[in-house]
Amino acid sequence: MNAGIPIQYFLILAAIMFFTGIYGFLTRRNLITILMSVELILNSVNINFLAFNRYLYPHKLDGMFFSLFIIAVAAAEAAVAISIIINIYRRFTTINVEDVDEMKY
Amino acid sequence: MINLGYTIWIPLLPFLMFLLLGLAGHKLKHKLSGLLGTGGLAIITVLSYITAYKYFFTSEKIDGAYQKITAFNITWLQFTDKLHIDLGVLLDPISVMMLIVITTVSFMVHIYSLGYMKGEKGFERYFAFLSLFSFSMLGLVLATNIFQMYIFWELVGVSSYLLIGFYYQKPSAVSASKKAFIVTRFADLGFLIGILLLSFNTKTFDFITLTDPTGTAIAQGSGIVFMGLSVMTWSMIFVFMGGIGKSAMFPFHIWLPDAMEGPTPVSALIHAATMVVAGVYLIARMFPIYTFSAPVALEVVAYVGAFSSLFAAIIACTQTDIKRVLAYSTISQIGYMLLALGVSGYGGYEGLGYMASMFHLFAHAMFKALLFLGAGAIIHAVHSNYMTDMGGLRKYLPVTHMTFLIACLTIAGIPPLSGFFSKDEILAAALHSNKLLFAVEYAVAGLTAFYMFRIYFSIFWGKETQYHETPHEAPPTMTIPLIVLAIGSALSGLIPFNELVTSDGKAFESEIELLVAIPSVLIGLLGIGIAYVMYRKETTIPEKLAATFKYSYKWAYNKFYMDELYLFVTKKIIFKHISEPVAWFDRHIVDGTMNAIAYVTQSVSFRIRGLQSGQLQKYAYVFFTGAILLAILFIYLWK
Repeated sequence: MNAGIPIQYFLILAAIMFFTGIYGFLTRRNLITILMSVELILNSVNINFLAFNRYLYPHKLDGMFFSLFIIAVAAAEAAVAISIIINIYRRFTTINVEDVDEMKY
Repeated sequence: MINLGYTIWIPLLPFLMFLLLGLAGHKLKHKLSGLLGTGGLAIITVLSYITAYKYFFTSEKIDGAYQKITAFNITWLQFTDKLHIDLGVLLDPISVMMLIVITTVSFMVHIYSLGYMKGEKGFERYFAFLSLFSFSMLGLVLATNIFQMYIFWELVGVSSYLLIGFYYQKPSAVSASKKAFIVTRFADLGFLIGILLLSFNTKTFDFITLTDPTGTAIAQGSGIVFMGLSVMTWSMIFVFMGGIGKSAMFPFHIWLPDAMEGPTPVSALIHAATMVVAGVYLIARMFPIYTFSAPVALEVVAYVGAFSSLFAAIIACTQTDIKRVLAYSTISQIGYMLLALGVSGYGGYEGLGYMASMFHLFAHAMFKALLFLGAGAIIHAVHSNYMTDMGGLRKYLPVTHMTFLIACLTIAGIPPLSGFFSKDEILAAALHSNKLLFAVEYAVAGLTAFYMFRIYFSIFWGKETQYHETPHEAPPTMTIPLIVLAIGSALSGLIPFNELVTSDGKAFESEIELLVAIPSVLIGLLGIGIAYVMYRKETTIPEKLAATFKYSYKWAYNKFYMDELYLFVTKKIIFKHISEPVAWFDRHIVDGTMNAIAYVTQSVSFRIRGLQSGQLQKYAYVFFTGAILLAILFIYLWK
């Protein structure tokens, strides 16, 4: 048991990362940046999983596996998202999210 | 038991022809499509004659009576074990006789149409409709149960509608077709109610069960009384209402004269020989029920028939359009047939009226088809329907003249032509049961002879009319059917109907009653004589007579203002006081509610559609806010 760092530190770090991600997601106009923000959100969740696993159920590995899954899924998601962004660029010659508003009323 | 299963092809073949000509007709050459339709009819005509021979001469009689044979039957709709609707082929003396009538006349009309309709636009459509009609009419007479009959009953109505409106660019033809359809459809409502009442009380649709005089169906339902008449009586009166509509009896006769807007061969086939006698056939088919459990309904039949025959005969004397004269004459003759059924009893000599009615139906189909086809040949030559445009045509149209004369003599009841025999039997039957109806029919016999010879003399003798182009005799495709039908109407009186077509299937003795026959011939001759004096040469007698009886003449000339009465009742009363308020209610209240709902939905969605901006981040923002709110809700408020 690693007694040096309390769990709150991990949680606070994760919360900061999460809200930074949310903030970026909502305010950035560049699709690439939005994608980066999503990665931040996912990683903050990973930290939470690991921290809770380590501190609450040290004899189990569920949290670890979840993190591994999330990393794998995030990689796949990034690949798909980037290909979508490339297609959007070809179609609209921009990756500014405000200009991509075809699907409205 | 002889095998008659092939009879299913008699109605099916015209149906296949209808499909072929209807779907692929526009790709075929005119001549080919006409020949195909006619060829199909030729085959089923031969089949019908074979069937008639087999049925009447080789089928097994039980106790001297022809049996009803179900040659083909499939269960179509099974409701319960007992209540089911079948489709099939029922052979008995009247249906076999109708087979002969329909196929013969239809075949002749097909041949005639090859000449008459030559070069018309929609030639193949015409033949497709004729085939459809033949199919429906054959299905009607061969029906094994009353529901199948009803289905085909409506189908003949539809084909009649299609053929009356054949010249669909002519407004009068369109309105005539609508009138025919609506009037008969209205009457068929009664028929449907009758069927429902009847089948509810007897628990069956099947004709064999229904009309078995010793069976249980006839005894059913006579116990329940409504407004002084048994339920059976009511249901049979309602069934007869369908017959009134289809057979153009008073007061539903108004569609038939207008139906003459259709091509003349169609008038000959549908509106003279076959479809309009469906009402008579219906009563004959249900006859045992009428005599045994609804004698009052049978009296209604007799009086409606008698009144219509007199009424129509009077109008026929004043009309100048030859096809309309023939139309009223048809109404009058069908009235005769219904009267004969109405005064008839069941079995043996009592059933004289039944036999006479079927006999007259057969003879009438022949001579009336002949008259119409003759009129068609005349119209073809003169290009006018009006007698005033005709005169002295005997020199130009010798074949038409001779055949028309034979038909006129037949309908006037001159021996030894068929009309004499059938009319004599009807009069004898009437004499034995109801003297009043007998007297009416006597008068009608005279009137019939008069108006037929009125048109005969006006067309073929009378004044020498100058024609723009010399009228010429019709081509052989038109004259051959005339000759065949003339032979048919002259000789069909020799068919021993009293042995073949009787109310109970057994033969009985009947002979010409001189007491009835001689006066009826005399009154026929009298009618011819008066017509001869008035119309043989151009005289002023008709005008003088018309002037003397100015009002009654005008009254009859305007068909007793029946059309106007109908218009008044429908437009001024029903439309104005019932339909208009209902329409207002529908338009403002019912539609208004629906429109309000639609309007509210639409305006709300216009307001809120701005939310759907297409801005991805706005959606994310809303979603995120919602998630936070839910989180707060769950953490702090959900205890």
